[in-house]
This record gives sequence, structure tokens and C-alpha cells, in this order.
Amino acid sequence: MVEALLDTLGLTKTVELLSLQPPGWGGNLLRGLANSLQIAFGAFGFGLLIGLGGAYGKLYGGPILRDLLTIYTTVIRAVPELVLILILYYVGTDLINQAASAMGYGRVEISGVAAGIWVLGVVQGAYATEVLRGAIQAIPSGQLEAARAFGMPPLMTLRRVTIPAMMGFATPGLANLWLIATKDTALLAIVGFSELTLETRQAAASTRAYFTFFLAAGALYLIVTLFSGVIFGRIEKWARRGQPSLREGNG
Amino acid sequence: MTLKSILTATTLASLGTGLAAQEVKIGIAAEPYPPFASLDSSGTWVGWEIEVIDAVCAAAGLDCVLTPVAWDGIIPSLTGQQIDAIMASMSITEDRLKTIDFSDPYYNTPAVIVADKALDIDASPESLAGKVIGVQASTIHQSYAQAYFTGAAEIRIYQTQDEANQDLFAGRIDATQADSIAMADFVASDAGQCCEIKGNVANDESILGRGVGAGVRKGDDALRAALNKGIATILADGTHEAITARYFDTSIYAE
Amino acid sequence: MTGWRALLLPHRLLLMALFAGFVIWCALSLRWDWLPDYLPLAVEGLWRTIWILAVTCILGFLLAIPLGLAQAVGPWYLAAPARAFCTIIRGTPLLLQIWLLYYGFGSLFPQFPWIRASELWPYLRQAWPYAVLALTLSYAGYEGEVMRGAFSSVNKGQLEAARAFGMPRRMIFRRVWLPQAIRNVLPTLGGETILQLKATPLVATITVIEIYAVSSRVRADTFIVYEPLLLLALVYMIIAGIIALIFGRIESRVPNRRQG
Repeated sequence: MVEALLDTLGLTKTVELLSLQPPGWGGNLLRGLANSLQIAFGAFGFGLLIGLGGAYGKLYGGPILRDLLTIYTTVIRAVPELVLILILYYVGTDLINQAASAMGYGRVEISGVAAGIWVLGVVQGAYATEVLRGAIQAIPSGQLEAARAFGMPPLMTLRRVTIPAMMGFATPGLANLWLIATKDTALLAIVGFSELTLETRQAAASTRAYFTFFLAAGALYLIVTLFSGVIFGRIEKWARRGQPSLREGNG
Repeated sequence: MTLKSILTATTLASLGTGLAAQEVKIGIAAEPYPPFASLDSSGTWVGWEIEVIDAVCAAAGLDCVLTPVAWDGIIPSLTGQQIDAIMASMSITEDRLKTIDFSDPYYNTPAVIVADKALDIDASPESLAGKVIGVQASTIHQSYAQAYFTGAAEIRIYQTQDEANQDLFAGRIDATQADSIAMADFVASDAGQCCEIKGNVANDESILGRGVGAGVRKGDDALRAALNKGIATILADGTHEAITARYFDTSIYAE
Repeated sequence: MTGWRALLLPHRLLLMALFAGFVIWCALSLRWDWLPDYLPLAVEGLWRTIWILAVTCILGFLLAIPLGLAQAVGPWYLAAPARAFCTIIRGTPLLLQIWLLYYGFGSLFPQFPWIRASELWPYLRQAWPYAVLALTLSYAGYEGEVMRGAFSSVNKGQLEAARAFGMPRRMIFRRVWLPQAIRNVLPTLGGETILQLKATPLVATITVIEIYAVSSRVRADTFIVYEPLLLLALVYMIIAGIIALIFGRIESRVPNRRQG
């Protein structure tokens, strides 16, 4: 029944190509997707850490730190990700190895995933800095002052007041950053990482079914995007619990 | 013997003994290059060169790990220590020898021009005048085309040979210059029915090099010696010939 | 002139001295001997980057207007496809879109021999039409989403007033609605254009020789890795700076209602 339907639609070959078992290439695509997601998760997390540090530095740091952070965010946001990836990939790993050998250690093993996370994380960090800075500034200053007045130590203030209070403001920006992270993993195909786009390219080149495979990969990315949209919608609702809705606030 | 030279000697010795045990990262191009190296649908690398890498490593007693990196950045990956050797059909050329060292060659094939069957051309610059030629980036074919066909023909640079083949098949380019074995494989495939090998380009050893060898970092003589030993062994004991026979009709190793 | 005085703070002077030192170190100890040989190619590549950027931004923006309008006020049979288009463009990597357009459609050509006989064939053979198409669609997808918000946020009272004066619908759109929507998106346009600039190097993967492809060629020919990339980053920063300056200028010329 299903086969007859596929046959009339002329899709039998497509299904064969995309089947999860060899000789189908579906398994390779899913493996690539898993790698992409792993790198995207890592880079997003690493970017958040940089962003939190960067936002604090920009808001409360000394003049030199603030200027340096401004240079960092400006440069990262003006130079194409592809160029940054090449620079950070070659220079970064080269520097680490040189430093390691200067200190007497042997070569440091840098896995592809780690290098990808490092490269995309540095890029994400610049955007996250701006998103989080805006979100921290949006917290009513009275809340932070109250925490200080009760004698909360700075780290506890960060954990118990600042982060929960800014979550609602930061979530839309962070959702956007997450989507950028998933899509930017595709650029790692240019430096030879076996993520979804490179796996797609390999499958397409081997079978000459360029159209089929690029469409299939597009569908996988789209599913990730739509699914993330739902998740982040939930997170935002949760983060905003107890806060007045923005629409009411702005009139 | 001074203290310093003793120290150097012991470090070198420890490096030498460490080599056999330490794993050697063999860089291969992440983009498929059939029939030498390509990823199959179960996610494993297969091809003539992959088998040769295994055989060379086994003969040299090296513990090798295949590490796919982008072809376009494979030399920076070597000098940046992400890989230890390049075995990705890289020809030994004067230009590359300025940056990296090479082992002895393990195969040597001529460069050919492939074009549409209907097109009446040969591999000379004159007959390619006004045509569009596709070549893969960072290859001897790119250097050759730039040296001999610039001005006469339009040169398009692709990231992989497969993409150049694809555009030849689609009719976007008139001809491509590439390795004769890889092209023989292409014209025998379904997509390659459009096209045929028009002939070898005139040899220029300073650009086309003297065969394909394994690239190593400058000064990494221990690894180079080990790879040379491995290559010599498989050439002498018939392993090289046996692998070749499984893929090709003719020998692809010429002195 | 406070802007200039702010640069003269002691720590900024120190930072600038450090930066100047870095530039001098780069100039002296890195290899730049390849530069004269590749300068003509680099200028050509730079020119191609700039015109691809300009053409795709303008075409993309023109396409974004109907996309935004359809989503904001269109009937469902226009709104739904427009929304789907924006979602797909924004939900998939641009690199994949470019490859799909170039190699995907290219792989279909041999099945249809009449394509090669058509008058479009000389263009279909080139790479740049695909690059322009892919980047235009991408810009339209992102900006269409922004335009949707811009169209819906135009004050309804003004549209009603225009209608009350008996303005025809086309005129209302041209004289009242569109200008205000464009003014609403103006602050985002500069940023979107810089994002578009950052997307242009991707077309190098389909054989378009723009400035990024020139740097790759230098790397392939000479095996020099860092110097071309550093120079390339500087070039992009300068272009981004110029874009920011131009849009800042335009924005300051357009009167802002909220100041009144």
C-alpha cells in the first residue's frame, strides 16, 4: 500500500537514499545532526558563560576592561563568522599547542567537537554579552539594592536575584542566539567537521542526488528550529511567571 | 659530552621510542575523492588510498588514526599540529616543499583534461581558449591552470573535485583538469557518461610535481623515515600491487 | 567635540599605543610580500563583494515589503505562504540554501535538455545569479519579518485620517503607510545590512570570486595562512564601519516623530 503510493509519486528512490540503514544515507545525516547539536549546545553554553562575564565587565568593570570588551564585541559582530572560524580554528589550536610545548607538555589533543565549541563559543559570547547586558539593565534597580541591603554576598545576589530576574528579559534574545548557534554549525563544514552540512555534502556527492539531500538536511534544520521555538516559548513563559506581561507594562 | 647535548640526546631518544607507541594522526581530505578516499553510507572511509594508509602504517609499525580535515586547510592543519601527516593524494611539488616535507611517492599519475564528448578539443592551451575550466582549490591542477590557461580560458575554482565534476555534468563548465585515475572513475560512472578524457596536459614537473607522497612537518624526520620504510615495504612485498589490482586495471606507481 | 576628548583618557591612549604596537609588529614581522601581486585581484574581489551586497540588499528589501504586508494585513492565502517563506529562510543555514540553489538545481539540468537551448542558459551557467538569488531571498526572509512588525505598528488613526480625506488606497500606501513603516525599520536596517555583509563570503563556495575567495587563493598559492585572514578581517571591519556610518547619517536626517 505505502510502496504503491511511493511508486506513483516517484519517491521510491528518495526513500532508498534516505533510509537509515546502509545503503541509505539517513544514518549518516542523523549522526551529523547529533554532532551539530552537540557543538551548538556546547557553543551556546560557552557563549553564555563568556556573555555573563562580559555583561558584568561592561556594567561594573573598570574603564580598561570595558574598552577591551567593547573592542571584542565590535570586532566579532563586524567580521564574518566564516573568517572568524578560520582565524580562531587555525590560530587558536596553533597557539594552544605552542603554549603547551613551551611549558614542556606534549601536543594537546584537541578534538573536533572541542575546537568547534571553542570557535563558535567565542563568536556567541560577543552576542550573548550584549543580550545579557541589556537584560541585567532591565532589572528594576530596587531589586538589586534590596539584595545588597540584606547583606547578600555578590555571588549569591547573582544566583538568587540577578539571573532569575533577568531570565524573562533575556530569553527572546537567547532563543535567537541558540538558533544562530545551530545554523552556524553549518559553517564548520568549511573547516571539515563532520556535522550535518558536511555529511549532507558527502552523501550528495557520492550519490549525485544533490537536490534530495540538501532538501532533507534543510528539513532537519527546520525541525530543530521549530522545536526550539516551542521549547523557548515554554521557558519564556516560565521565566516570566509572576511578572506583569510586557504588553500591560507598555500600555 | 656536555650536559646540554646529553639532555638533547635523551629527549630525542625518548621521542624516538615514543613515536611507535604514540598514535599518529593521518590527515585525509574531509571531502570525498573517489576512488581514493570517500565516506560510504555506513560512515566508514573506503578507497584505494585508505587501504594504502592502513598497509603503510602496519608495515611501519605506526598506530595510525584517520583524521578528516578540510582539503583547503590541510597544510595549515599539519603545521598547526592538528594532524601529523597528510595522505590525501597530495603531489610533491616545489611550492609545497617550501612549507612541509614529503615522504617518497606512493603513486604517480598524469593530469588530464575531461570535457563533453561533443566538444572537439585536446589538452592544449590553444584548444581550450575561450572555454570555462573547473579545478579544485589548492591543487596542482589549480596551479597548472593558472600558469597555462589564464587569459585564454576562464578558470573556476571549486572546493572539491566532485563539485567540479557535478558542474561539468550540469554543463556549467566546459572542461575540468584533474588526476587521470579519479577522472577515469568519473567518466565510467552514470553522471560521467556526458564526458570523456581528452588527453594528458603537457607535463611540467615544477608544478605537477613528482608523484603523490605523505606530507609531514618540516623537521619531523623520524615520522618521515618511518613512512618511507612503510612505503618501501609495501612496494617490495606486493601489498601495493595487490591493493591496486582491486581498484584499477593498470599500475599507478611509476618511477 | 566630547567624542574626541573621550579618546584622550590615559587608559585609552595606552590601549591605542598597544594597538599601534600590534599593527607595527604585524607589519614588520609577518609576511606581506605577496600583497603587491594580489592587489589587482583583491580590488576586483572587493568590488564584487560590494556590488553583491548592494544589489541583494536593495532587491531583498523590495521583496520584503510585500512579504511584510502580506503577513501584517493580507488574507490568509497570502499571509500563510509569506510566513512559511520567512520561517524556512530563517530556520535553515544560508550555506545550505546556497548549495541547494546552485548544486541542487544544477543537478536537475541534464534531465531537461531544453534548458541548455534557452536564452537564460548563459546566465544559468554563471555562478553569480545563484549567489544574488540566494542572498536576496535570505535578506527578504529576515527583513520581511521585521517589515511585518513595522506595517502593523503604523498608527491606525493616520490611515483612517487619510481615508477620511478621500485618498485612494494606493496613495495611502505610498504616501502614508509605507514611508512610516520604513521609518520604523530604519534603526534595524543598518544591522541587517552588516549581517548581510557577513553572509557574502559564503558565495565563495560556489566559485564566485569575491574578497574572501581572493584570500583563499592567496592561501592556496603561497601557503601563507594568517596574514590574508587578518587583512580580510580588517577589510570587513572597515566596510561594516562605513555601513554603520551611512545608516547613522540617513537615520539622523529622517525626522523622528517622538522628538516632536
